[in-house]
Amino acid sequence: MDFTDTTEEAAFRAEANAFLNQHLEPKKAAAIRSGRRDDYLKRAKDWQKVKAENQFAQITWPKEIGGRGGSPMQQVIWNQEESKFDAPIGPFAIGLGMCVPTVIAFGSDEHKKRYVQKALFGEEIWCQLFSEPAAGSDVAGLKTKAVKDGDDWVINGQKVWTSGAHYSDYGILLVRTDPDVPKHKGLTMFIVDMKQEGVDVRPIHQASGGSEFNEVYFTDVRIPDSDRLGEPGMGWKVALVTLMNERLAVGGSPGPDWAEIMDYARSSGSMSDQAFRAKLADWYVAAQGYKLTKFRTQTALSKGETPGPENSIGKVITANHLQDICNSAIEMQDHYGIISDKDHAPADAIFQESFMWAPGLRIAGGTDEILKNIIAERVLGLPQDVRVDKDKPFSAF
Amino acid sequence: MNFDFSDDQKFLRDEARKFLEAQCTSAHVRAVLDDDDVSHNDEVWQKILEMGWLGAAIPEEFGGLGLGMLELCVIAEELGRVLAPVPFGSSAYFFAEAIKLAGTDEQKAEFLPKVADGSIVGCLATTEGPGALSASSVQTTAKDGTLSGTKVPVTDGDIATHAVVLAKEGSGTGLYIVALDQDGISRNALKTIEPTRSHAEIKLDGATGARLGHESGNGMTVLDQVMNRAAVLLAFEQLGGASRCLEMATEYAKERHAFGRPIGGNQAIKHKLADIYVKNEVARSNAYYGAWALSTDAAELPEAAAAARVAASEAFWFASKENIQTHGGMGFTWEVDCHLYYRRAKLLAVQAGSPAVWKEKLVSALEAKNAA
Repeated sequence: MDFTDTTEEAAFRAEANAFLNQHLEPKKAAAIRSGRRDDYLKRAKDWQKVKAENQFAQITWPKEIGGRGGSPMQQVIWNQEESKFDAPIGPFAIGLGMCVPTVIAFGSDEHKKRYVQKALFGEEIWCQLFSEPAAGSDVAGLKTKAVKDGDDWVINGQKVWTSGAHYSDYGILLVRTDPDVPKHKGLTMFIVDMKQEGVDVRPIHQASGGSEFNEVYFTDVRIPDSDRLGEPGMGWKVALVTLMNERLAVGGSPGPDWAEIMDYARSSGSMSDQAFRAKLADWYVAAQGYKLTKFRTQTALSKGETPGPENSIGKVITANHLQDICNSAIEMQDHYGIISDKDHAPADAIFQESFMWAPGLRIAGGTDEILKNIIAERVLGLPQDVRVDKDKPFSAF
Repeated sequence: MNFDFSDDQKFLRDEARKFLEAQCTSAHVRAVLDDDDVSHNDEVWQKILEMGWLGAAIPEEFGGLGLGMLELCVIAEELGRVLAPVPFGSSAYFFAEAIKLAGTDEQKAEFLPKVADGSIVGCLATTEGPGALSASSVQTTAKDGTLSGTKVPVTDGDIATHAVVLAKEGSGTGLYIVALDQDGISRNALKTIEPTRSHAEIKLDGATGARLGHESGNGMTVLDQVMNRAAVLLAFEQLGGASRCLEMATEYAKERHAFGRPIGGNQAIKHKLADIYVKNEVARSNAYYGAWALSTDAAELPEAAAAARVAASEAFWFASKENIQTHGGMGFTWEVDCHLYYRRAKLLAVQAGSPAVWKEKLVSALEAKNAA
């Protein structure tokens, strides 16, 4: 056992680090979701361009389409190093992590020629349009419909929780094309131009106060049949490829951890509280459990193996862990803990801000309950839940 | 990055598992459970001795196999899976590690080869009453190599031939090697919630002992270091037990039908078993880190050992109680093995200091690090 890089890994890490140092400032405080500057989008596009020009944008993609032709381990190393810097990567995570890989897997040569390079070089941003008001965990139950009209499909319906829809140029859109077959069999995937007429993007006012997500309404939106990804009715299989990439992308939960609350406890004289000390030990064990489990995954990657299902535990641990830490930090401050004004609140109000983010983290990218189902079914091999709609036409419900 | 056991170590694990599944079955454990006069399964013990595992982490110059601490961790996990009813941990994790760490050259030469070949069985005698162990709670005295006092309970205290005994000396404490077959010693077996591992009360009345090679009064400091080493090894035993509990519960949840389908199709059971899985993975990752720190004598050993122990104690406790719950009424019968794991989980959680003690050690280690 050791934690050192192989010679090749160390060389790549040094190369990545030198490149990052040349272009970015090191990160200062714990990452917080809010407080981004107004020029964030422009900075993100610029940074994406620089990365793409130097083959750091998508390490594992083949060189022919602008990648580096590198290993998954190199991607992990890049992610580790990039996370140490103030890198504006948010707007491209979903597009390049989930949407464009789906276009590459199912699109025509024309699609690949038209979209991949522009996304990679930061000229166009993509969003993912799956969830609906009545279709979250059970996303195959979505209702937005597409009806064939000549060489076009006509789309009507509503999507929700679409990250970045307000600045996206294109999206991948999952819709119902046949309501008279069981729900998984009547879906079809399309590429949609987000700037066209009939697409109405409205920000969601989140419980946390911010607006990072959107509702997207489709009213008689026309999509040419040539922008279909996969055969009609095959949309669920296409979506599974997209979602598989999401499971890899979603893991940790940004925000204060045991070290931040320990810092606060030391500065406020709370380290003598025995109940607090016991909780601090539990937080450390959970945080280490998550971090070290990722090391085990990396070890498998480094050996060229496919990682096991260990990674599925990540968000279950970290989202609850973050919520618990923030809750305790606020209670430690007693009545004063309700203040989120940064002029008054300790630690720049990171505990109060993350307290209001934490409920969303337990839902986004798979709820705690869905993730536990995944562990139970795919890791432990337990039977699937009862699905009364499984073999019946969607229209019967 | 290589945060995993080597292929050789995995081979050892596979071989150990095959061996123990054949040679240390539930029937072997129950032979000890169901007979109050039997302290351990000697048939299993003799076979383990033949394998040489007692000497896995004892250097070859002292009669061991000289493999290393990682190999001992691998063996510990497998012993934990099958609830081996033998004094392996007492002799290999506590007694041998204390001597390796703080014994004089003479003590190492005298005792380690005998631990390795099984001609002696060691144990650790520290506890004297309810509550966490501390220097001020020790009443047993040592003066001029003569010890008096009562140690209770001592795990494997009635099987062992020798003990490392914690005693008050001067204004501090000392750790003494004491032969248990001498006149100044009397022992009687204790009834406990974990009858597949024996426990004794040991009375010392002017017994002769030899201090380990540490300075007078420094016993508690040395004991802390021994405990850090043993904590990692115990964590692997706990991990083995917790993993087996999850397997038992999962198998049962697939087989047992209620309301027309396997109970494992219900989310109340699925999520319970997913919770066990998550705790077990957290415990496994922390245990591996402990193993790394132990095998490399890393400065991080205090926090790594404490985190491994806290995670493993929680995982085994949770898995063992929810394994019974998943089995329903069957899980509360004497004949089904669930209660054996429940019993062992509690012994291993308190044997070298309770979770509360280790949480405090962990936070103290983090404070020391942060202050430095």
